[in-house]
Amino acid sequence: MTLTDLTIAEARDALRAGETTALALTEAHLEAVEAAGALNAFVHHTPEIARDQAKHADERIRRGDAPNMCGIPIGVKDLFCTKGVASQAGSKILDGFKPEYESTITDKLFTSGAVMLGKLNMDEFAMGSSNETSTYGNAVNPWRAGNSDAALTPGGSSGGSAAAVAARLCLGALGTDTGGSIRQPAAFTGITGIKPTYGRCSRWGIVAFASSLDQAGPMTRSVRDAAIFLEAMAGHDPKDSTSAELAVPDFEAMLTGDIRGQVIGIPKEYRMDDMPEEIDQLWQKGIDMLRDAGAEIRDISLPHTKYALPAYYVIAPAEASSNLARYDGVRFGHRAKLSQGDGITEMYEKTRAEGFGDEVQRRVMVGTYVLSAGFYDAYYNRARKVRALIKKDFEDVFADGIDAILTPATPSSAFELGANFSPIEMYLNDVFTVTVNLAGLPGIAVPTGQDRRGLPMGLQLIGKPWEEGALLNVASCLEERAGFVARPEKWW
Amino acid sequence: MSIDKETARKVAHLARIAVPEDRLDGLAGEFNAILGFIEQLQEVDVDGVEPMVSVTPMRLKRREDVVTDGSQQDAVLANAPDAREGFFAVPKVVE
Repeated sequence: MTLTDLTIAEARDALRAGETTALALTEAHLEAVEAAGALNAFVHHTPEIARDQAKHADERIRRGDAPNMCGIPIGVKDLFCTKGVASQAGSKILDGFKPEYESTITDKLFTSGAVMLGKLNMDEFAMGSSNETSTYGNAVNPWRAGNSDAALTPGGSSGGSAAAVAARLCLGALGTDTGGSIRQPAAFTGITGIKPTYGRCSRWGIVAFASSLDQAGPMTRSVRDAAIFLEAMAGHDPKDSTSAELAVPDFEAMLTGDIRGQVIGIPKEYRMDDMPEEIDQLWQKGIDMLRDAGAEIRDISLPHTKYALPAYYVIAPAEASSNLARYDGVRFGHRAKLSQGDGITEMYEKTRAEGFGDEVQRRVMVGTYVLSAGFYDAYYNRARKVRALIKKDFEDVFADGIDAILTPATPSSAFELGANFSPIEMYLNDVFTVTVNLAGLPGIAVPTGQDRRGLPMGLQLIGKPWEEGALLNVASCLEERAGFVARPEKWW
Repeated sequence: MSIDKETARKVAHLARIAVPEDRLDGLAGEFNAILGFIEQLQEVDVDGVEPMVSVTPMRLKRREDVVTDGSQQDAVLANAPDAREGFFAVPKVVE
């Protein structure tokens, strides 16, 4: 039994059966993390916390008081505030910030016995699709294309989380998803990632990017693991007024593998003219797999799909410009050195110029512009109206009897780091995922195949609000038939 | 709609981000590329559509108006770049 190769479900069962201990699992993963510096996935290491949590977990397991995540070593995206542990959102402006409090989600996980190995690399403030905007430098994809040794992106913004899970540095990782930041990196690294319904998980203690779109979710090596992990994260939190007062079902128990008679929608607007043939073929294979599982396949239309990215690039920057106003050099993080005679305005302006990277500055300023007097209606209000139409597109197809929607997860497989895309070209990475955030729906990326260079490719399933359990069940049918077992060859 | 150097300067100031003079033209160009992309939204017929306020229909929850937290001055100030005598310290704001 190679401890780092286990799934969360296997590790849980092995722990309960006394075949291994949380401490042994933790040591194996700490060793893997130490040896994987070249991936730059873990950016703050917490081995003392991990060993301490593992010892407590072992005591609980011995007492027979072990929830599913008890003793499971995980990684935490740097966007989550973890008490006494650096939490920088991948930004220089939060240099030295150690929260005095614990995010609701990490608190829930630690209370259920999960073990934190450290904090994971990410794009600065979760703004990026390649992990290249991080103050820690790029995270690197453990996968390589064919015989090339070129460094590939693990995707973004949860790039460190994706690289760590794919490289077997942890059994699962926390990610967050505002426009595709869980699903795109999951697809780029051959793992599973689910963004739950908006409001399913508390956002309290997660550094805010765009509050009406942000949701946290798990990144794992199987659909079952995603179900187990999500259940431990989800639930109502009085500290987040948008978290839903709904009971959390036993998601794992809903993985029956039976989707006979369910109707899967295939949206014609997701078939792009310049889509690589391999992505199109993968999509067709996915359709065949779900049909084989007994689902009915139906063509559908989501007419406003084309306007999702432009609407997103009004709404997300607008919310970001408001949320990031708090980084003023007064209460936490970086403050610029001031010159003689500098007043408070110079302090704000210099601090933010030094502390924010180019992409964050660009989005904050775009957000400021679309919210400014004279443009608020033309840009911001119009985008919110288009968002309402995008949501209605989904409501209409669900009302017509569609149970879930199958699409590609990304328009390509992983690309090279340093590829030098323009901002707009980079934004197109989220073309298939961003609609889901705008509509507040659950979406999951499942590894389904490999391209001709051997790189993983994923498909996305979109579900109805609050029906993550049914969505995970469809995903498990896809997973079972895809039989994706490839893993990156170790070079790091 | 096209953004010129002066507008870029104004936006940078509104956002409280110092942008060097020689970067303003480039910044205006970047804004224009993004705004050109966003411009597609003008094609959509939004007559009679209400702007979305909340993606999940829900009534904002209320709670009793009582003190639930506080008396944590040290914790509040722990991460401040400059804290003195129980306060956040900043450059002089009044003459």
